[in-house]
Amino acid sequence: MTGDRVMGESIMGPTVEIVLFVFMIGLAFYIASLRSLFAAAMLFGIFSLLSAGALTMMDAVDVAFTEAAVGAGISTVLILGALGLTTSVETRPIHHRFTAKLVVTATGLMLAYGTLDMPAYGDPDAPINKHVAPHYLYDSETEIGIPNVVTSVLASYRGYDTYGETTVVLTAAVGAILLLGGGVARRRRETGSSE
Amino acid sequence: MSGTPLKMRVRETVILRVVGKSVVPFILLFALYVQFHGDYGPGGGFQAGVIFAAGLILHGLIFGLDDLERAIPPIVIEVGIALGTLIYGGVGVVSMLMGGAFLDYGALNHHDPVHGQHLGIFLVEAGVGITVASVMLAIFYAFAGRSRD
Repeated sequence: MTGDRVMGESIMGPTVEIVLFVFMIGLAFYIASLRSLFAAAMLFGIFSLLSAGALTMMDAVDVAFTEAAVGAGISTVLILGALGLTTSVETRPIHHRFTAKLVVTATGLMLAYGTLDMPAYGDPDAPINKHVAPHYLYDSETEIGIPNVVTSVLASYRGYDTYGETTVVLTAAVGAILLLGGGVARRRRETGSSE
Repeated sequence: MSGTPLKMRVRETVILRVVGKSVVPFILLFALYVQFHGDYGPGGGFQAGVIFAAGLILHGLIFGLDDLERAIPPIVIEVGIALGTLIYGGVGVVSMLMGGAFLDYGALNHHDPVHGQHLGIFLVEAGVGITVASVMLAIFYAFAGRSRD
């Protein structure tokens, strides 16, 4: 957020970012080759922590915080909880996964090709930095009056979006309770009450 | 099934119990800090809710689901899920009733719209925090409750 360092211009250049990305790519390939679901779940947590580090290097501390809390923290616990319901080793597939590998590689290459058209990392003339971002950065202090611009944008300027996201989270819980039968319903079933 | 022996072992480990018991209050306190300091530093309702739920889930993993359900009954969680969203929407409706647009917090305080914004953001973030924490716990209860059957 604050500090006199320009975006994307750290003391050591992009070295840390490159190291983090190399680790992430290596880890992703290793996870894909794993058969043990328990090890894969733990490595997914490490992957999330690495991407949180990469986001911190991009000065997106709020996003990095969310990634560390959700990706590395709670979703690892929930995946482990789901593993308790199934086996912890992936069964061998009956047929070869040649088509799957082909589709994944082609999609990856297309995505990488798509990034070539994107503006350079941290470019002040990029369209995203020309539209509403300057208004948020310069006027949120007088309009909203709180120092963290991210909070101003999420809670006030983009309040509708955040309301929608909260509803999505609510829907997730409703789905989990209906499908897995948690909470009050399960307790009633256990005690044998027919209410 | 396969989850039960692991849980039994976790519950019998003295180090985990002692360390877990001393760490959980600080995790919950940190969640509150993230919630209320979101205006000044990184964080906000979503992250705070997740951290709060993570602290409680840690307690549940160490001391068992029954222990956690005694502390936070499922009915509290199910009310919390809806309450948070209701607070968020309620702020929007109140700002409409006070002459503004939906979720236009400036209308909450006619003398100083900036104070209205502060109040609105505080309430909205509180709503997000309550919903997210409750939802994460609800999902954990749903999974953990099933593996015990």
